Amino acid sequence: MRVRWKKQNQRGFGVLKRSTAVKGVTTLASLLLAESASAEYRLNMTQGVTPISHDVYDLHMTILWVCVAIGIVVFGAMFYAVYKHRKSKGAVAANFHESTFAEFAWTIVPILILVSMAIPATKTLLAMDDLSDSDMTIKVTGIQWKWKYDYLDDGISFISSLAPEHNQARQRDSGIDVTKIENYLLEVDHPVVVPVGKKIRFLTTANDVIHSWWVPALGWKKDAIPGFINEMWARIDKPGVYRGQCAELCGKDHGFMPIVVVAKNESDYRDWVAMKKQEQADALASADRAWSKDELMKKGAQVYATSCAACHQANGQGLPGAFPALAGSALVKGPVEGHIDRVMNGKQGTAMAAFAGLLSDVEIAAVITYERNSFGNDTGDVVQPATIKAARK
Amino acid sequence: MSTATATHDAHEDHGPAKGLMRWITTTNHKDIGTLYLIFALIMFMIGGAMAMVIRAELFQPGMQLVDPAFFNQMTTVHALVMIFGGVMPAFTGLANWLIPMMIGAPDMALPRMNNWSFWILPFAFTLLLSTLFMDGGGPAAGWTMYPPLVLQTGDAFPFMILSIHMMGISSIMGSINVIVTIMNMRAPGMTLMKMPLFVWTWLITAYLLIATMPVLAGAVTMLLTDKFFGTSFFSAAGGGDPVLYQHVFWFFGHPEVYILILPAFGIISQIIPTFARKPLFGYSSMVYATASIAFLSFIVWAHHMFTVGMPTAGELFFMYATMMIAVPTGVKVFNWVSTMWKGSMTFETPMLFAIAFVFLFTIGGFSGLMLAIAPADFQYHDTYFVVAHFHYVLVSGAVFSIMAAVYYWLPKWTGHMYDEKLGKLHFWLSAISMNVLFFPQHFLGLAGMPRRIPDYSVQFTGFNQISSIGGFVFGLSQVLFCYIVYKTIKGGQPASEKVWEGAQGLEWTLPSPPPYHSFVEAPAIK
Repeated sequence: MRVRWKKQNQRGFGVLKRSTAVKGVTTLASLLLAESASAEYRLNMTQGVTPISHDVYDLHMTILWVCVAIGIVVFGAMFYAVYKHRKSKGAVAANFHESTFAEFAWTIVPILILVSMAIPATKTLLAMDDLSDSDMTIKVTGIQWKWKYDYLDDGISFISSLAPEHNQARQRDSGIDVTKIENYLLEVDHPVVVPVGKKIRFLTTANDVIHSWWVPALGWKKDAIPGFINEMWARIDKPGVYRGQCAELCGKDHGFMPIVVVAKNESDYRDWVAMKKQEQADALASADRAWSKDELMKKGAQVYATSCAACHQANGQGLPGAFPALAGSALVKGPVEGHIDRVMNGKQGTAMAAFAGLLSDVEIAAVITYERNSFGNDTGDVVQPATIKAARK
Repeated sequence: MSTATATHDAHEDHGPAKGLMRWITTTNHKDIGTLYLIFALIMFMIGGAMAMVIRAELFQPGMQLVDPAFFNQMTTVHALVMIFGGVMPAFTGLANWLIPMMIGAPDMALPRMNNWSFWILPFAFTLLLSTLFMDGGGPAAGWTMYPPLVLQTGDAFPFMILSIHMMGISSIMGSINVIVTIMNMRAPGMTLMKMPLFVWTWLITAYLLIATMPVLAGAVTMLLTDKFFGTSFFSAAGGGDPVLYQHVFWFFGHPEVYILILPAFGIISQIIPTFARKPLFGYSSMVYATASIAFLSFIVWAHHMFTVGMPTAGELFFMYATMMIAVPTGVKVFNWVSTMWKGSMTFETPMLFAIAFVFLFTIGGFSGLMLAIAPADFQYHDTYFVVAHFHYVLVSGAVFSIMAAVYYWLPKWTGHMYDEKLGKLHFWLSAISMNVLFFPQHFLGLAGMPRRIPDYSVQFTGFNQISSIGGFVFGLSQVLFCYIVYKTIKGGQPASEKVWEGAQGLEWTLPSPPPYHSFVEAPAIK
């Protein structure tokens, strides 16, 4: 990719031959217009895969060309004056300094241009705000620093976090070459699967701070605000994988909570729904049996890595002044009830979330067991999923 | 009565004090102007250093230099320092130096309050910057300080709030001073419509400041009570709404950005006529356009909030009102170009910066117009497209106008010409590197890169690297600027009264440097 950049610019500014200029302009035009050209030097907004995203792209291009046209006229005049009306060329200053006609003209004409832009913009906004006749609804909850998805019609629920390999690679001094990781920072463990051709209503909210759910290919973003519910819709034209990111500063890992939407055709989607429902039923059932310490530690390590390490750090040392250490913590080594309460209900006024709504009985039991037996904490305690289930009542 | 010789006799019985006490106790508008400008320059370099940390981390994907939490502190404090410590004090310094001289007044109306207005600032910024060294670090929720996130700030929180209150008080006092001075102390014969445009733009800016700084104070006080005194203005659980904060903040925040640019418009309106040797085109239109912009600035605030889930009618209203602001702004650009047209131009450093301002600020204005289109904004919002927009209007807009002003008036203030070769070098380095730094950010935003992230997906590498290189060159170039200013204060070719062939206005009738107290007797206005 670096090679191509050099080739386009080897000539420098002064010696631009006509053929190179033509090549340069054509390449620029194709970069601007083409979708998939040179991923590294992508210049333009995506056209996306929904009717709204196409409308938005068109609005964007229209206002862009309007600005380019006005710029050419205004800057053309200015640079012409700079060239021609200079003292060193013997120009003598004229004396005019006002013109009511000019002031009217360059007030009215821009107003007319703006009105003509406002009409299609209004149409698109009205279309975006028409949430009638949707086919399905997905509730999206922003959490520091992951997304939770609830399919309200099918009863599916899961949390979607940055994929573990990416999470590891992005740590400072990880020693991992991130350029080797495909879709670095844009991959999750559990993507949002949706059907094509259906009007999907997305409800966005949050658990803690304001987040924003953004998938450029869908054509919009919507803030996820704690205590409030926003709604937006999308109808995806074609199957594919569409990636996005959180788009409202939400704390230290704001850049590390991506979104992956996988659009499938109708029958593949229904298969996925059935599979997910089965998974959920199995997980619920597994909460009733007794788990061995090894099983809990193994599961707990996984849960800790995705749900706790961001703040409490992989070594349990926390961040002084910001996030408490778990290693040697009185709460973690003390009575189990206190530890369970903190994990399930969080701590008001801090970033410690209430994980009761985010993690299953198995996951909570496992991570508490893990914390009580790691980082030099040797309580020997084992917490069963059934205890957590009981604690929910 | 002659204008230029209104000075004290040779033995000033109350001339400036000597040494440090002079600067601490001065009530002289020239001294206070100097204090503001030097303070602003120091803050500019500090904020710039933070930008260098940001661009260094963003040079490559992956995390190499800092942790994400510290990165967020850098973006937050960079903005607070640049806006409240760089641009605003610089404009206030220019106001202090120039307004009395331009209207034929001996000083500002309230000289002791003037001293206080300045001296609050070093304390405010010591408070703010000290938070970077506290446990938990400095504020990291963005300069916009949205709740609930900002309420997760640690020990730094009350210091940040207090320092913002102090900055606000400083601005309000300064604005009162500006308005009272302009309304009461113009030399006889200087009607409002005869005032230099720099004075007009500062008059209007001062009203904006008085109207909006108390709103910011209210917003941050509500944050304070939500955190410490059990209120829930911004918490749904208590019956409040995080979006309420955004409305209150941006009701301040939008006029604030016009506060950051109107004085720049005034500066450019002084400089271009001088170097085109032609009067400003459309003086009264320029005044009305400035007033229209100021009025409109109060009714567009929610264009910073298009994605929060406003009702359709609200989104439409704010879209239409925002698009309308382009009209008076465009009128000003057309008037500047018309001033240049058929002039007899020379291109000393101030003029270079002024022309770059017209060109590059207008580009920033274009991206602003694109952002006004609400449905399109759903793709631009919170991406690098917005970052590109506001840096074009603030760096090549506000900052370039301040540099233009410094080059333009330094010979008057110090009595020495600056080094023209070095000035031009500083200009070209800054103008080119600024574009290398910020133009690619438009593409990054359109390609999908969000803002306020310390690490990014690999396809964004190319433009991030170009941007970072531009950043390093731009940053280094400002060290050259500091040297040029220092060198000019120390010495240089003696400057005449008029300094520039085409210069008009009362300040150019005074000696260079002007006496400690000028216009003790009011000059005659033709």
